[in-house]
Amino acid sequence: MALLEVTNLHAGIDGKEILRGVDLAVKAGEVHAIMGPNGSGKSTLAYVFAGKNGYEPTAGEVRFDGKDLFEMEPDERAAAGLFLAFQYPLEIPGVATMTFLRTALNAQRKKRGAPELSTPDFIKRVREVARNLGVDQEMLRRAVNVGFSGGEKKRNEVLQMALLEPRLAVLDETDSGLDIDALKIVADGVNRLRSPQRAFLVITHYQRLLNYIVPDVVHVLSRGRIVKTGGKELALELEARGYAEYQEEAVA
Amino acid sequence: MTDVKVIKTAAETTLANAFAEARARLPGDDAIAAQREAAFELFAKEGLPHRRIEEWKYTDLRALMREAKPLAGAPDAAARERAKTAGALLGDVETRRLVFVDGVFVAELSDLSGLERGLQIGSLAAALAEGDPTVLGHLGKLAPARDVAVALNTAFMGDGAVIRIGAGATIERPLHLLFVASQKPAATFARSLVVAAPGARAMIIEGYEGPAGSEYQVNSALEMVVGDRAHVDLVKIITEGADALHVSTLAAAVAANARFNAFTFTLGGAVIRNQMFLNFDGEDTVAGIRGATLLKDRQHADTTLFANHIAAGCQSREVFKAVLDDDAHGVFQGRIVVRRGAQKTDAKMMTRALLLSERAEADNKPELEIFADDVQCGHGATAGALDEELKFYLMARGIPAAEAEGLLIQAFLGEAIDGIEHAGLREALMERVAAWLKARG
Ligand SMILES: Nc1ncnc2c1ncn2[C@@H]1O[C@H](COP(=O)(O)OP(=O)(O)O)[C@@H](O)[C@H]1O
Ligand SMILES: [Mg+2]
Repeated sequence: MALLEVTNLHAGIDGKEILRGVDLAVKAGEVHAIMGPNGSGKSTLAYVFAGKNGYEPTAGEVRFDGKDLFEMEPDERAAAGLFLAFQYPLEIPGVATMTFLRTALNAQRKKRGAPELSTPDFIKRVREVARNLGVDQEMLRRAVNVGFSGGEKKRNEVLQMALLEPRLAVLDETDSGLDIDALKIVADGVNRLRSPQRAFLVITHYQRLLNYIVPDVVHVLSRGRIVKTGGKELALELEARGYAEYQEEAVA
Repeated sequence: MTDVKVIKTAAETTLANAFAEARARLPGDDAIAAQREAAFELFAKEGLPHRRIEEWKYTDLRALMREAKPLAGAPDAAARERAKTAGALLGDVETRRLVFVDGVFVAELSDLSGLERGLQIGSLAAALAEGDPTVLGHLGKLAPARDVAVALNTAFMGDGAVIRIGAGATIERPLHLLFVASQKPAATFARSLVVAAPGARAMIIEGYEGPAGSEYQVNSALEMVVGDRAHVDLVKIITEGADALHVSTLAAAVAANARFNAFTFTLGGAVIRNQMFLNFDGEDTVAGIRGATLLKDRQHADTTLFANHIAAGCQSREVFKAVLDDDAHGVFQGRIVVRRGAQKTDAKMMTRALLLSERAEADNKPELEIFADDVQCGHGATAGALDEELKFYLMARGIPAAEAEGLLIQAFLGEAIDGIEHAGLREALMERVAAWLKARG
């Protein structure tokens, strides 16, 4: 049984159908990439997984580790091991990054029946993760994402992922807005977490990131459907030929 | 003799009778007696403030105060005993406690030992009885005589704190004026005076609390002189019992190069009116006027601020945050006036209400009146619900809904509370906020 099983998923925003029958199975240990033109529904898919209000599934189902994802609140999904790195991470004025991280980590641990991490242990963990990702300690002292550059925000998403150690991480265009050095750091962060127990769904518009995070499977999403699935060479093909043909195909 | 022909409501009649009965035994010499008479006359003419009076538009006391409670007598032994456990909100913040039960100074519950050099503490009742010239010189000079709530306080004032901080004296330990109401549904009229001489440095905490289930009524006023180069921090904590009516006034005059911070934490009471009249009449002062309000059920709290920039070069920051749940009603009226001579004034006022329920209501009325031409002034007001996007971001990291809301609410209030310089006090207030959030569930 796959860790993530998506069957004939339909979903919409304000009654407008965006996802029109997505089928997808991601096994533990695998890295899948989802590529597709802008507006094809990649972020919608990610939000439906995470449980954002207004992104309503209308048909089909999503099972995560065998459980019906739609029966769970967003925080329960996170505690069960689902992580979404946001395409546009939000700024939370007045909430210190450290408070945010500790609250999140301990809330998840509590839900899983694990004891809360002591403050010194927590600080040690965060420092270590931050060092690995080249995240400045100074950044941790500020309010969540407030005054961060685009690249810093993306790196902060990866830091959260590394700290929370999810079973499935969905990375929504984590590469956009990153220069090549930052991209490598982010990719290193992901690769360090790769394990037989963990899976990744890497959403990207460009092939570039996939040079560093090598996927097992590549899907093309177009107009709310997965229209093609292949190996890592599919990403190179897309890079060379663009998305034009997939846009056409989906319309037809 | 006062003219009582406009008095109409039961509460107004009760107050008139109470004044007629009490006037002869209220403390003070002839001049004070005359001040009381004049103040009462204003009340007799105007009646209780009501919604057609602009400053009281949202807090119609005539309607909200169905009856006036009898004047509180001297507190009994049981009330004094209960007052011992008051002020718990401050946790382990080290203060010098001055306790007032039903508005009356209780020396045996207060700490008057080892007063720092330059610090003088007394009670208003004693000062009036002795005819203390400093007190007589300041009393009623700062609080606006035209305000009826102030007038009632002046008419009935019995006791309160009189604090003098000598020139250049630094008082490390905050002075905690703790006004505790007893179980009796009575009316109290405390009047206090703080005079900080040039270069003095002190922190005053003004706390109000009382039992739930008693419809007691508090009308308290504090007049304050902040001398040249003095630095005074005032923190008012209103945690009255759930059925109390609380009206309190701060009137302060801030002299040249002084620093003045006033923070109000409003959390408890059925009807609360917190009014501030601030005169920046010396040049180059720096002031931070802030507040955090948390209301639920059918609570009503009105913060009304009048900041009067008279002298040039003064800076003031006004930040007021209100969190309103259930059927609560929060009011903020802030008026900044910049007089002709107050060039280079830098005044910025911001007020925000966070509505946690669709039934909660916020009225925000910031106003700027500028008569000088070289100033930097601005104001902003917002009212809205919690940001769902932010809540989702927190939940997507595993934080349950209630906790996510709590973090956002604490962050929202933090912007005001962080203006308090005393770290221990900041934490104590944040803890009270956390307890409020926890009770919300
Ligand atoms: N909040 C929203 N409200 C209405 N339409 C939206 C919203 N978000 C996305 N859409 C629409 O849904 C479609 C898919 O968008 P999205 O999932 O963001 O695509 P992608 O991430 O692949 O660029 C687009 O047509 C977009 O305009
Ligand atoms: Mg997108």
